[in-house]
Amino acid sequence: MCLHKADSGRNYADAKLIDKYNYFSDYLIKEGGDCLNTANDLLTIRNLTTSFRIKETYHAAVEDVSLSLKKNEVLAIVGESGCGKSTLATSIVGLYNTVNTKVTGEIFYNNQNLTQLNDEQFNSLRGNHIGFIFQDPLSALNPLMRIGEQIAEGLMYHTKLSKQQRQERVLELLNQVGITKPERVAKQFPHQLSGGMRQRVVIAIALSCKPSILIADEPTTALDVTIQAQILDLLKVLQSETETGIILITHDLGVVAEIADRVAVMYAGEVVEEAPVQELFTNAKHPYTRSLLNSIPQTHSENERLEVIQGMVPSLMNLPREGCRFSARIPWIDASAHERNPQLHEIAPGHFVRCTCWKHFHLEGEEGGGTV
Amino acid sequence: MSFMQISDLNVHYPIRGGFFNTVIDKVYAVDGVTMEFEKGKTYGLVGESGSGKSTTGKAIIGLEKITSGQIFYEGENVTNQRRKRDSAYNKDIQMIFQDSHSSMNPRKRVLDILAEPLRNFMKLSDQEERKRIKELLAIVGMSEDVLLKYPHEFSGGQKQRLGIARAVACNPKMIIADEPVSALDLSVQAQVLNFMKDIQNEFGLSYLFISHDLGVVKHMCDHIAIMYKGRFVETGTRNDIYMNPQHIYTKRLLSAIPNIEPETRSERKITRQDVEANYQKEQHKYYDEHGKVYPLKSISDTHKVAMSDIEREGI
Repeated sequence: MCLHKADSGRNYADAKLIDKYNYFSDYLIKEGGDCLNTANDLLTIRNLTTSFRIKETYHAAVEDVSLSLKKNEVLAIVGESGCGKSTLATSIVGLYNTVNTKVTGEIFYNNQNLTQLNDEQFNSLRGNHIGFIFQDPLSALNPLMRIGEQIAEGLMYHTKLSKQQRQERVLELLNQVGITKPERVAKQFPHQLSGGMRQRVVIAIALSCKPSILIADEPTTALDVTIQAQILDLLKVLQSETETGIILITHDLGVVAEIADRVAVMYAGEVVEEAPVQELFTNAKHPYTRSLLNSIPQTHSENERLEVIQGMVPSLMNLPREGCRFSARIPWIDASAHERNPQLHEIAPGHFVRCTCWKHFHLEGEEGGGTV
Repeated sequence: MSFMQISDLNVHYPIRGGFFNTVIDKVYAVDGVTMEFEKGKTYGLVGESGSGKSTTGKAIIGLEKITSGQIFYEGENVTNQRRKRDSAYNKDIQMIFQDSHSSMNPRKRVLDILAEPLRNFMKLSDQEERKRIKELLAIVGMSEDVLLKYPHEFSGGQKQRLGIARAVACNPKMIIADEPVSALDLSVQAQVLNFMKDIQNEFGLSYLFISHDLGVVKHMCDHIAIMYKGRFVETGTRNDIYMNPQHIYTKRLLSAIPNIEPETRSERKITRQDVEANYQKEQHKYYDEHGKVYPLKSISDTHKVAMSDIEREGI
């Protein structure tokens, strides 16, 4: 079976293609103009916009997002509920309602633009090249199928293994995700397992065809801390074995600090900051990221007041479509501090911040504005 | 001096089966829990899912039948009066629920939701009731035009604040908060936690704060009890638990909390694996032959740990 489906020989440095993609200037600036040679990139998302139809008009839940995922990397996408992080994930794998959803932009995987695929083409990718771990393991599993059958299902569609080989692979997978007595568990039904075990089964299904990309949508939110730690360690181990690229979607900054290599912070459908994980936690710049980090109880001594962000996350229909989307939450900052059309700026290698308002933002008790 | 004591609280559920559907076994959801509450303090109850922490909260307020044990409130045994409309206990102990949305009647307006405890416990005239409701809204920082809205018109954080407003309506002495912020986003969580602290300082409330989030508990609570399979494994002040954990279960729980310092992640992973290995190896020393947690033993004035006598001598 082919392990590395991401064909490293792909090369967009074709003159025509360069012309075609020149208008993605934003992206070209980001990657220093070298983005078209994506030998290292498993997945490249460019100017992705996903809009939902509400009463005849389309509202963008994810707007103009450009990201890339490298081999053997954990890219975390962080944000509060309603910021579009799950929509981004479902857009990548095409798990949206085609009638009411409009997806524009490009998602390149293995020389294919995923936004242009039809169902049949998508089905050969999903579960095979791209694995997906869902938040709620109970609703992701079929209650009427035995665990073993559910894991073997993907193998049946995507590989040419015989029934006997599939059985062996199922037991191997269950073993791999740390389930003791895999023979017994394979014959059980989802309701007979605990939450942590179910999540392991969901991970086993996602890994069954050795995907090159794994998208994990809040994989540990429903679990206890001890199980969460086990699952995160497990993901790390599996990744080092298979060189999978993982997109981790979460709202828990603790989990991000624990496992991610690179972090993209989303607010109101846009990426507002993108940085390597160390950089983000020590040197965050965007007002939203800084306020968010400052509202974690852990960072405060006891009995101290927590940082609160003024106002609320705007709902999809009331999203500010022009100017800095965070400006309403930091009204004390002068309008001239914001860019009219906020862009991501690279302020350090690999560290991107949207808008210029961060230069004028400082948390309570700090002197002056943020400096580079 | 504590105003409320709980002694040897037990909640057992029967498991029926067999030929005549007789009771064949019991689930020990809460098994011999003893607590004391002082005015103006916050008590944390921490445990994994299924440890019985929510059942304890519900049993205290009377939403769960108590198998045995007593609750004393201001010197009086109130174990059987928990749901009586005319008892002071029922008025003075209130609850905040995890899912504020499902804890409110969707067909009632905010006005009626907030008025319900007032109508139950306080004989107020219409004007007084209106005045009190407006006060309550002011306490939780909401404007008066929400009075005629329905619960679905609010965001999660606002609903949780309405839940708190309802809980403080009758000037309670103690609020049982069952996972009050687990369903909320980080920034909204901060808002609600700040706000809970504010009203505590203002009204001298006590909280029983039930949560699985050890970060939040550390921020909020003065006294913490760690629960496992219906029993306390360790109780103590915040420093006792976080700085000097004794029971292996507590150590394991603390080592599993994700930290927001990426630079120390590999060290933490090693510690975590050590603790886990230790847990697998030494587990039997901390639980008796039935897998039950030992009774609590004091190791300092405030700190109690569930250990067998042999283990305790080792400290």
